[in-house]
Amino acid sequence: MTDAKPMTGHQAATAKGVMDTRAIGGCDPTAAICARGIIRDFQAGQSTIRVLHGIDADIRSGEMTYVVGESGSGKTTLISIMCGILWPTEGEVRVFGTDIYALSDTELVNFRLENIGFIFQQYNLIPSIDAAANAAVPLIAKGMAVDRARRRAMELLDALNIGDQAEKLPRQLSGGQQQRVAIARALVHEPRLVVCDEPTAALDARSGRRVMDLLREVAVAQDRACIIVTHDNRIFDLADRILVLEDGGVTHDGTEMPEDH
Amino acid sequence: MLWIAIRMLTGDKQKFYGLLFGIAFSTLLITQQLTIFVNLIERGASGVYNSPEAEVWVMDTVSRTTDVKYEMPPTALDEVRSVRGVEWAVPHLRGSAAVRTRTGDLEFVEIIGVDDATLIGLPEVMIEGSKDVLSQPDTVIIDDVGITNMFADGEDPLGQRLELNDQRAVIRGIADSIPSFTSQVVLYTKYSQALNYVPGTRNRLSFVLAGVSEGETAAAVADRIEAQTGLKAETRDELARAGVDFIIENTGIPLNFGITVALGFVVGVAIVGLTFSLFIRDNIKQFGALKAIGVTNGKLVRMVGTQAALVGSIGYAFGIVGTVLFIWGFSGNPTFKGFYIPWQIPFISAVSVVVILAMTGYAGLRSVLRTEPASVFR
Repeated sequence: MTDAKPMTGHQAATAKGVMDTRAIGGCDPTAAICARGIIRDFQAGQSTIRVLHGIDADIRSGEMTYVVGESGSGKTTLISIMCGILWPTEGEVRVFGTDIYALSDTELVNFRLENIGFIFQQYNLIPSIDAAANAAVPLIAKGMAVDRARRRAMELLDALNIGDQAEKLPRQLSGGQQQRVAIARALVHEPRLVVCDEPTAALDARSGRRVMDLLREVAVAQDRACIIVTHDNRIFDLADRILVLEDGGVTHDGTEMPEDH
Repeated sequence: MLWIAIRMLTGDKQKFYGLLFGIAFSTLLITQQLTIFVNLIERGASGVYNSPEAEVWVMDTVSRTTDVKYEMPPTALDEVRSVRGVEWAVPHLRGSAAVRTRTGDLEFVEIIGVDDATLIGLPEVMIEGSKDVLSQPDTVIIDDVGITNMFADGEDPLGQRLELNDQRAVIRGIADSIPSFTSQVVLYTKYSQALNYVPGTRNRLSFVLAGVSEGETAAAVADRIEAQTGLKAETRDELARAGVDFIIENTGIPLNFGITVALGFVVGVAIVGLTFSLFIRDNIKQFGALKAIGVTNGKLVRMVGTQAALVGSIGYAFGIVGTVLFIWGFSGNPTFKGFYIPWQIPFISAVSVVVILAMTGYAGLRSVLRTEPASVFR
């Protein structure tokens, strides 16, 4: 009888001859996220579609890691699993040493609130509250009084150079300003992991680089990590590490983009 | 998070006002229609309430209400007076007649003949004149509905002469009475005078009104009267209830009002449900983002619950205030005279609002809870 276990993404990448810089097997002790054997299936009517084929991946603290790939390569699914908002069909994810899918639902939600900041592509700001309140949402969700949370958020908005826009509603802000509010919301509760989805998709090249510089400045530190899902090749040079996904497997994990991309 | 929930709701002014309107309109429709219904059917008991001294009403066995009655022979009065526990008993006549006014109009009126000696059977309060005017010949006391129906604005009814079945009648007083179910004009006069006004039949006594001796209960005395005289005797509350039941059983009013109240509920569900589901749909990405950030389902339930409670309480308050203003605004109209809002009606409206919000809130909440936080990345 043959071993039917499918190759992990890492094994697939190695088999393709891509340079691997990461230890195989146990988690890297410096890893903010350690994902092992991640499989994710989706039901489409009667059939099951496997989107992730047993991915192994590490995200290290102190680094800005890009997850890149074509549309449909599984990068959004991978990032969702890595930050605890989508259950894997199989596999294990440790975030700062915590096996997040061994937690109860409530514990996982609280874990996200304590440890993860999100920047969504569409920002998803609440339209009826001002910028300061939007930025303060994680603190308010943690139970901080609204006034105090707003003050903390104001400090961050000042640092992001939009302090003077703090009392404006999202619709009164430009796209770039809304993004800064979203960044402030992701950082206001000082999470150890920041997850960004296509942060430069709607920006021109100069603005995109400025946002990435800003993120590096505020979101990357020795005990923090930042994951960025992008297919914007204008900012690939700003990554500390790049994970390339193809057809649900990691085909590259290195400090630079492979030449064939 | 409740602060955010409230701001999310009030920030979308169009939907917020839409929700308020839905709840307020529903509350107004339910409360106002139930109030009118209850007050209208209570008028089936107005004949009883307008004669407050009577504790027991004695009538023919086939009589059902103060208006649906069969006359008794005059000897019934003495029979009742002979029953133990009856403190006093007086004759009471209720009949109808056509009246010709000075201006030549024809109006059908109810003639109530009260006891000549004690005037028991008259309403308690007089608006103008005193009860004693009945001692003058050909005198009638008109109720306030009659003033509106039979006289022009500003015309003084006192001293006006009427023609009742070819008999002369002079209005010398105005009684403050509860209008009847049909808002028919009522003329009060002495029993002996009423016999002249009402077309003659052999038996003319509609009711015997009785009071009970100290230490006796009305129910016990009524039972004793029935046992001893073979007549039907009911306490004040029993006859009042019978008047209300008669309207419920013999008119389409409960069904009509019931349909309107049900429509109020359906309109509430439709407007609130539609608006609330639109509100949730418009904010589903934000709810998804909140879930991703780390807001628990429990907190989301409380958020949606707070939003529902806010629109519910404000909309309900508007609806109740609207009903109060309606009743107050029409209080001068005899049709709505004495209308009040029993506490049970606002309670029923509140329960309806809670049910409307629970149904629509649950539908909205389901979509919030079913939203995967990962959907915000798509």
